[in-house]
Amino acid sequence: MASAQQQSGPTKRTYGIGLLLAILLTAIPFSIVAFGLLPKVPSLIAIAVAAIIQVGVHLRFFLHLDFEHTPRENLAALFFATFLIFIMVMGSLWIMFDLHHRMM
Amino acid sequence: MLGKLTIDALPFYSWVAMGGAMVTVLGALAVMGVITWLGAWGYLWREWLTSVDHKRIGIMYIVLALIMLLRGFVDAIMMRAQQAFALNSGGYLPADHFDQIFSSHGTIMIFFVAMPFMSGLMNLIVPLQIGTRDVSFPYMNSLSLWLTASGAALVMVSLVIGKFSTAGWTAYPPYSGIQYSPGVGVDYWSFAVLISGVGSTMTGINFVSTIFKRRAPGMTLMHMPLFTWTVLTASVLVVFAFPGLTVSAGLLELDRMLGMHFFTNGDGGNMMMFANLFWIWGHPEVYILILPAFGVFSHVVTTFSGKRLFGYTSLVYATAAIGILSFTVWLHHFFTMGSSANVNAFFGIATMIIAVPTGVKVFDWLFTMYRGRIQFRSPMLWTLGFMVTFVIGGMSGVLLALPPVDYLMHNTTFLVAHFHNMIIPGVLFGYLAGYQFWFPKAFGFRLNEQWGKWAFWCWIIGFYLAFMPLYVLGLLGMPRRMEHYDVAEWQPHLIVAAVGACVILLGILCLAVQLVVSIRQRDQARDFSGDPWLGRTLEWATSSPPAPYNFAVLPEVRERDAFQDLKERGIAYEKPKKYEDIYLPKNSPVGIVVGGLGFVFGFAMVWHVWWIAIVCLLLITAALIVLSSADDNEYCITAKEVEKIEKARYRELAKAPRILLPESEEVVPGAPIQGAVP
Repeated sequence: MASAQQQSGPTKRTYGIGLLLAILLTAIPFSIVAFGLLPKVPSLIAIAVAAIIQVGVHLRFFLHLDFEHTPRENLAALFFATFLIFIMVMGSLWIMFDLHHRMM
Repeated sequence: MLGKLTIDALPFYSWVAMGGAMVTVLGALAVMGVITWLGAWGYLWREWLTSVDHKRIGIMYIVLALIMLLRGFVDAIMMRAQQAFALNSGGYLPADHFDQIFSSHGTIMIFFVAMPFMSGLMNLIVPLQIGTRDVSFPYMNSLSLWLTASGAALVMVSLVIGKFSTAGWTAYPPYSGIQYSPGVGVDYWSFAVLISGVGSTMTGINFVSTIFKRRAPGMTLMHMPLFTWTVLTASVLVVFAFPGLTVSAGLLELDRMLGMHFFTNGDGGNMMMFANLFWIWGHPEVYILILPAFGVFSHVVTTFSGKRLFGYTSLVYATAAIGILSFTVWLHHFFTMGSSANVNAFFGIATMIIAVPTGVKVFDWLFTMYRGRIQFRSPMLWTLGFMVTFVIGGMSGVLLALPPVDYLMHNTTFLVAHFHNMIIPGVLFGYLAGYQFWFPKAFGFRLNEQWGKWAFWCWIIGFYLAFMPLYVLGLLGMPRRMEHYDVAEWQPHLIVAAVGACVILLGILCLAVQLVVSIRQRDQARDFSGDPWLGRTLEWATSSPPAPYNFAVLPEVRERDAFQDLKERGIAYEKPKKYEDIYLPKNSPVGIVVGGLGFVFGFAMVWHVWWIAIVCLLLITAALIVLSSADDNEYCITAKEVEKIEKARYRELAKAPRILLPESEEVVPGAPIQGAVP
């Protein structure tokens, strides 16, 4: 990561790192499910974590967003998107788990 | 070979359904007949259907919206007629057919009237208001239009082949699941919604980037006209909210077609997840529709009060606040799902908070009118009607935001009255005001005032007659969507409501007559100046209708009301020293071809004709590859041609009477309206 940031533009090397990380982050959740490595709830959490890191990898290595070169308004838009997704996902989890709890 | 499609799909089961199918088929044939008789197919194809000009796309969107408004209104008046008669009797509609009608009414009015009307107005006006020549992605714009149209066509086709959904416009499972709705109705609903949803999302993306990237030099965000601000906010909401709809309808289809269990009762599904996802889209959707209408009202109020807009900054902040808050209230659509008190209280309070910025806006409009020289032209009447009526609807909304009250009132006609009380004045009146206000910009002549006023009075009186009784009925305990009932005291209210629907019908007829009369008398109502109402924003700086390139020279913006500023500085109509070549995107058939393939794809999916669906998907991919690899997709209007068009424009301007601007000493060409300006 550190060496990639020192270069000005995307290179074959950064794309390669991105691809490797993406494959790795896809392989982990698949293997967890395919080989039954973890019990149900930890495996759900692991899949979610891998997915979130995967988003970061795509933004960093394929869309070339970072905190130094990207214009402020693009980062603001990204932050806004994160905020709305947070509202939707956390709201849905809150609502559905609350309901689940009351239906038990 | 043809999946589930057999001869039984034709509507021989009831004479009303047969009638609907006949009207649809004959109507389509009649339109095609007239076009053939006029020999206009070539012209229509070259100049309109394949057009990527934002103004023409906008006009086509509005035509689609008005046609679908007729269909949606026929559904409405059929329901009112049924309920007016159906005391202790079956009325004239079988229950199954009545259910189809209320489902298609809601689906059509939201997805195929309100959405295209909004897209139409923003296509027509936003690029003009921000002083640019086109949207960021003109080809995607054409594609959006035709995908929306193909969704609408799917709903229309369900009248003739098969049946529409009976699950309401929200299609809640488990009823909409394959177990309880084995027919094709829900599939028609979800593919219409999915395909048009792709179009809406692309429109949202297009306008976010257009407004951020293509503003005229000098136009900062806080110099943008209010309509542009509201469209920007609504487009951001579209981009973030529509995935919710796509996911919920898509997962529902996976349940139905592939036997999955997202929303089923058994096998780990949870039907309330559908309601949750659907309303994550559904509540922002309300504000997607209403915010641009608020923008229209802002322009109408300021223009016809002859004053600057009061509280521009507060209106912008209120718009943005509504935009964000609209993502925090969705649970109020299903308070009765059974959440704990904390969850309901949170969403109830958030719902009440969202009324605050809306109230700010109403006060801003009132203060704009205060001590203004108000002209009661028809766009202004729609606006005033909106302000009075919308506040009543807002009040009933704050009442419903209390979860305990909602437990009593939910699923009654009180709720039906409430949301019609928001959407008819808030959305439809707004768009009709915009239609009357910007019509001269699109076509170069004004609409007839007298018929416009009659249309307004019929609509507003009809509205009160049709929906105030529903509030009472809701308090009397009448559930919504009843095909027949046995409570005698409901009937008088339902008869009044049916009369109200008839008065609204008169309003629609007045709008139709207004259009015909205005076209026939267009020579008396020509707008030579391009600025028939003494407007303040840049769309009025162009000719009416604008040249294909909108602005021969892009305007420099220094002030909020950019055109008013140019007029006051006396340079609004200055001839530029020289013209330059202008490059514009060429027309392209890809939009309409992909839209048509999208329609066939949806139809094939509804009837499980897999091979056609796969062929359509391959063809769509091919068409998009062909489109994106075309190099030569611009044409040039040379400086000479521009000069010729602009010279004609200045000759027209000379015909417009000269008037003295109220706020300055400058004499400008303008408003050829009798008695409008001293």
